[in-house]
Amino acid sequence: METFQPVLLEAVGVPNGHTLASYLARGGYAPLKRLLAEKKPADVVELVKASGLRGRGGAGFSTGLKWTFLPKDHTGPIYLCINADESEPGTFNNRILMEDDPHQVIEGIILSAFATRASTAYIYLRYEYPRSWDRLQAAIDEAYAAGYLGPNIQGSGFSLDIYLHRGAAASICGEETGLIESLEGKRAWPRIKPPFPAVEGLFKQPTVVNNIETMACVAQIARRGVEWFRSIGVPADPKNPRDPGSYGPKLYCLSGHVEKPGCYEAPLGITVRELVDHFGGGVWKGRRAKAAIPGGISMGLLTEAEFDTPLDFSGPSKVGCLGLGTAAVVVLDETVSMIDFLHNSCRFFAHESCGQCTPCREGTSWSLRMLERIKQGKGRLIDLDLLLEIGNTMGMMPGSTICGLADGAAWPIKNAIKKFHGEFADFIRRTNPDGWMVTEPVPALAILGSHAS
Amino acid sequence: MPTVIVDGKDIEIGANERLNCIEAARRAGAEIPHYCWHPGLSVVASCRMCLIETGTRDAATGKVSMMPKLVPACQTPAKDGTVIVTTSDLVKDSRARVEEALLIDHPIDCPICDKAGECLLQDYHFEHGQSERRADIHPFTSRRRDVGPTVTLFVDRCIMCTRCVRFAREVSGTSELMVINRGATEEIDIFPGFPLDNKLAGNVVDLCPVGALGDKDFLYQQRVWFLKREANVCGGCAAGCSIHTEHNQDTIYRLKPRENPHVNKWWICDEGRYGWHHIHDPSRVLEARRRLEAHGRATTAADASGFNTVEWADVVTRLRSDLKTASPSAGRLAVAVSPMLTVEEAWMLCAIAKSIDPQAYLAVGFVPRDEGDETFPGGFTIRAEKCPNRLGVEAVIALFDPAGHTWTDLLEHVQAGHADAAWITAGYPTAPPHSPWIDAATAATFDSLNCLVVQDLFDSPLSALATWRLPAAGFAERAGTWVNIAMHAQSFEQAIRPPAGVWPEGRLYWNMLGRRGLYDHTAVRHQIAESSASLAALAGNMPATGVDLRINQLASIDSIHTKATHSHS
Repeated sequence: METFQPVLLEAVGVPNGHTLASYLARGGYAPLKRLLAEKKPADVVELVKASGLRGRGGAGFSTGLKWTFLPKDHTGPIYLCINADESEPGTFNNRILMEDDPHQVIEGIILSAFATRASTAYIYLRYEYPRSWDRLQAAIDEAYAAGYLGPNIQGSGFSLDIYLHRGAAASICGEETGLIESLEGKRAWPRIKPPFPAVEGLFKQPTVVNNIETMACVAQIARRGVEWFRSIGVPADPKNPRDPGSYGPKLYCLSGHVEKPGCYEAPLGITVRELVDHFGGGVWKGRRAKAAIPGGISMGLLTEAEFDTPLDFSGPSKVGCLGLGTAAVVVLDETVSMIDFLHNSCRFFAHESCGQCTPCREGTSWSLRMLERIKQGKGRLIDLDLLLEIGNTMGMMPGSTICGLADGAAWPIKNAIKKFHGEFADFIRRTNPDGWMVTEPVPALAILGSHAS
Repeated sequence: MPTVIVDGKDIEIGANERLNCIEAARRAGAEIPHYCWHPGLSVVASCRMCLIETGTRDAATGKVSMMPKLVPACQTPAKDGTVIVTTSDLVKDSRARVEEALLIDHPIDCPICDKAGECLLQDYHFEHGQSERRADIHPFTSRRRDVGPTVTLFVDRCIMCTRCVRFAREVSGTSELMVINRGATEEIDIFPGFPLDNKLAGNVVDLCPVGALGDKDFLYQQRVWFLKREANVCGGCAAGCSIHTEHNQDTIYRLKPRENPHVNKWWICDEGRYGWHHIHDPSRVLEARRRLEAHGRATTAADASGFNTVEWADVVTRLRSDLKTASPSAGRLAVAVSPMLTVEEAWMLCAIAKSIDPQAYLAVGFVPRDEGDETFPGGFTIRAEKCPNRLGVEAVIALFDPAGHTWTDLLEHVQAGHADAAWITAGYPTAPPHSPWIDAATAATFDSLNCLVVQDLFDSPLSALATWRLPAAGFAERAGTWVNIAMHAQSFEQAIRPPAGVWPEGRLYWNMLGRRGLYDHTAVRHQIAESSASLAALAGNMPATGVDLRINQLASIDSIHTKATHSHS
């Protein structure tokens, strides 16, 4: 830990680190020139595959493997979409990369486009990131001027155009196929699969969607090599043949009740406790931690006792969380009411559900209504069973929705109620002494306070 | 043949059939509930009502391996070895939860909802829902939003299946409808100033599985459980769309499209949908009348003075003798056979004419036309020819007189003084305020005849000159066969009885030919089929979806296919 030097974040704190001059001085674009001159696209795919790089967007799917799903003999265009619609609450690692080291991202995009034989790349940028927009656009302009973008890049014969597209602030646009629909100018309703984007994606052409941080990792793999990348992180579990391992550095977004919140780079597999103590300067005001979100609100909750869980791709799921997600760690201290936490979480998902699939559209709004009522002191113990039932039955995992947003909505509900059942039950008994045991239908209730829209 | 296993039962499907699990299960008699899926629209798999368990059966070992999670039946293709489970607890629970979820935001105002009785939400709730309500509900609201001249939206009843949105994008190609807002607050809406006013708009009401989209023409007119439906064919244009006439006590309340893969798929146009009001127009000709001998011609169409009402039994005998007397020499009788008549009626009319005058001049009646055919992106075509049976009438006339004449020919024929008597059949749906199908100048052509018989739904300048003013029947009051512009013949029964005092043409002709009993259009059809090669395909039982007259062999294959589909549905 003490010896780990940030790589992805090496430009942070460097004066004018976002400029081309600074990036070139740090050795940037040299690996790109070398690979374009010496290698074929398939070699770059093999390189990334060999590195064991897994997508940093949340699902952790092998990047190299994803690229191999593209049809081999396709004659039309292939598109590369870069997902910068960073909307998972607590997540800001893409933003740091785009603002402080955009050329690193662009180099990764050029390499990935070369590997996937795409000559057009779109960056789908979150609406709320004006500075990222400015920095990325400036960097793209610089790269065009210096011959790293446009036709015949550095005399290699490979051409690439990058278009920066700014979204309109909806979380669902970060879902792979929702992003594609939105980019096509439509309402971002995730598509049914199959066909998968690699076969039929943007404008009905084969499409790869990758995350910004994944692109930065590709650039670093090209610069430092596969051996370097595989020396960091958690190797594959030899007892589990399906575990591809969690290699490489990762940006952890630490926020919530810590002394020094921020985006920190660490090897995959760091624990929450290490993050909080080593980088975060301990829990805020010296209080005790109560829980933490392991990787964005969709991933569920870790209790304080589970803080030693390694934050690699398979760690959080061993303690009932959905996964590593975006590695956005939000620490909740002992003063936080889990009812408030869950209410806030439900409000987010009811607001962001695209409304396409019935179980998600109605489930997220129903759970918000229940939490709203529980907060108003009209909760019943039976509500906890209902909430769990909603949580257990909505999402891609039980098969009841098209995309994973509902899984993300379900996990905080399931984790909070299972891991903090006592607190919920106590709250309901205390605030609704006359009605906590009632099981009859709730009469029509005008909901005040938060709205789902 | 590929075999699909539905709830443990092996069902064979066609080798080249591309069925999804809903369609495959239906073959096995298992109904999979669904809202958003419709065979005529793209698949979105968003309502999640059709979730089922699936798996595959290994052809060699017979071993079944199931998928761990539920999948939408609409999106899952049925292939050889596909295992479909529609009755497991997991599937049943999932349906109950979707029903429960849909009712959270639904006002449940069935007592004042037009859809009650034919509502999928209602039906599925009784079949798949749970009796206990567990959800928190809002105070009920039932906002109504005008989305177009013919369609109204009850916003809160909507379950967001988006069938209507997809219809407007994919079939009519006009894209007026859209989804606004997000999550549980989303609604169907139009862009301000761009109402749903395309010529197929009414279909979205049929598509709506719940009571959200209402037809203003039908709104609050009748509870659907009082309606009786009769398979019919639309007479609005030469497309001959299959329809259901929905009526109660001889009053039509609405027309609905009837699925017919050979003609109109699932749709009809608004012109046809609302094209029944003339049937109940009070200005219809309701009695058979004959001009008094002593009187001169009536001066206006509406002028009933100088006419005597004649009992139908007398019409049968006097009409024949009048025509015979008026055209004593051969070839002096001219008959216009209206393209609104059925093949059977046309055939009987020609037979009567030939029995009065063996050289009677037979012509197709006036053929109303609009500017041009209109084809929509989804393939649906509204025909310019605004009558249902020109080809059928032409084929019938050809049996009696291979020369065959048009309405213009007939006008010239009469103008040239080659006729002493004429029998003009019409029956066009030109209820006021529409202008009559014939103007006074054209009608004057018939001024000098000894005897003019006009058989029509409404008075016109022509009927003002008539010796006989006979009523005609509306499309739903007829029985028989129409041949559409693609030579596809469809037979239908009488849906409603005509108003008291009106004999449909078929009944009059049947009696004038001296045939016994009630008018039997099937007997006439079989007789036509036996006597004609071109209409031979009309023999035997007519399938509900009709037969193609161009290829006789096709007709028999079609009838087998239709029978097979019907036994499964």
